[in-house]
Amino acid sequence: MKPRQPPSAPALSTFGPARRDPPWLVLLLIATSVGLCALVLVAPLITVFIEALRKGIDLFLDAAVEPDALSAMRLTLLVCAVAVPLNTIFGVAAAWAVTKFTFPGRVLLTALIDLPFSISPVVSGLMLVLLYGAHGWFGPLLQALGIEVIFAFAGLVMATTLVTLPFVARQLIPIMQAQGLDEEQAAATLGAGPWRTFFLVTLPNIKWALMHGVLLCTARAMGEFGAVSVVSGHIRGQTATMPLQVEILYNEYNSVAAFTLAALLAMFALVTLAVKHLFELRHSAELAALKRR
Amino acid sequence: MSLDIQNITKTFGGAQALRGVSLAVQEGEFLALLGPSGSGKTTLLRVLAGLEIPDTGTLQFQGDDLTLLPARKRGIGMVFQHYALFRHMTVTQNIAFGLHARPRGTRPSKDAIAQRVGALLALVQLEGLEGRYPTQLSGGQRQRVALARALAIEPKLLLLDEPFGALDAKVRRELRVALREIHERTKVTTVFVTHDQEEALALADRVAVLRDGTVEQVDTPTHLVRCPATPFVADFLSQQQVETSF
Repeated sequence: MKPRQPPSAPALSTFGPARRDPPWLVLLLIATSVGLCALVLVAPLITVFIEALRKGIDLFLDAAVEPDALSAMRLTLLVCAVAVPLNTIFGVAAAWAVTKFTFPGRVLLTALIDLPFSISPVVSGLMLVLLYGAHGWFGPLLQALGIEVIFAFAGLVMATTLVTLPFVARQLIPIMQAQGLDEEQAAATLGAGPWRTFFLVTLPNIKWALMHGVLLCTARAMGEFGAVSVVSGHIRGQTATMPLQVEILYNEYNSVAAFTLAALLAMFALVTLAVKHLFELRHSAELAALKRR
Repeated sequence: MSLDIQNITKTFGGAQALRGVSLAVQEGEFLALLGPSGSGKTTLLRVLAGLEIPDTGTLQFQGDDLTLLPARKRGIGMVFQHYALFRHMTVTQNIAFGLHARPRGTRPSKDAIAQRVGALLALVQLEGLEGRYPTQLSGGQRQRVALARALAIEPKLLLLDEPFGALDAKVRRELRVALREIHERTKVTTVFVTHDQEEALALADRVAVLRDGTVEQVDTPTHLVRCPATPFVADFLSQQQVETSF
């Protein structure tokens, strides 16, 4: 994005080895990264689409509008619609607290934010069952109140939120740390209250990182399998999200339907990433201006 | 008396930054806080701005007790050492921020704000750069924007933290003259922090020399040079003269 500086003294650049890496190293690094990407990222992704379309577009379309498939898509989008805003609010609040204040337990909170990254999603799901399941700690209480968590929508949202908790906060913390408190303090001396300062000074300064975090969180939330699988109960048309429905279909040897849904899920994620890159392209000048400093 | 600082102390995690500072600043005065790094001059300035709350002591400004008033209610203009301009706002938006931030009742109209920003741009000689972002400005220009932004709220007290610290010698001299001229025109009571005695002596009406969180001496530049009250003051002034003559 930044224009390369033209070499000021061309004569010096002929002393290659001191200034440039050897060609074999450059080639090796490029080959490794491109090769690995192709092998584990691109090829499988293409396979999903090929498998989905192998028996013709008609079967693909039929599988895509099948009631259980539609219900799975609706459920996945609904879960995201609740979990992502929750994690956005949590992420902003946590990043704000960790970077702009010093308080007892700050280091602990920073470590806690990372916890979902290191705990296996299956374990996260099990923890929720142990807490909120029929025989769990809060089970009797929830039953008495008539609230269903496990094997219900609330459980899916909780599992997804738990697993994708760090995404927004993790994007924001480094950038907010780098930006420091100067601008907020300047706003205070100019008479701005905390809300005005947040919306006019802090938020515009973190908006790109925030958007990046929200989109990553969305992509991850749509694909969440492990924790959701534990709390869902796999009830078709009711608690089966897209990844779970893919598994159900695959286990029934219904590979066209399984791959169709998998392809749609992959497309949701790809659209999310495409949106992010489109934004970055459209605002690349502004982004560059903010980064230079 | 405009600003009355009484017996201010401030400790940061065991390190005492201010040990009972008392100081009086007159209405319309241009006062320098001079001292080596670690003498507490920036901490004192931040206490005045309301960005640090002192452990003990009182702060009175024109008869009002400021000691516990939050920064945003003090109406004190501050120019930060690294300017702290709002990086996503243009020059105009930066300068107008304090006016837009006023509560609805006292907020000037759009036209009035535009007019005020125009006048400030003329005052700091930045006409033509209205639409630039801070990253598109030189250090000296950023400094001028920061000054205009602080003056926009019509502060009764203006604070400057090492206002020329990050600038090269030529820009530094130009801005010094500009700052003094602006002071003559606006007559805002001004306190600025510096570690450069030459700057303090050249600019200020009076200079307060700080050492280890206490005020060693407060005097006019001429008096300070002729009769330093303590060996430290004499030493600090002469040492730096030697340094700057190189």
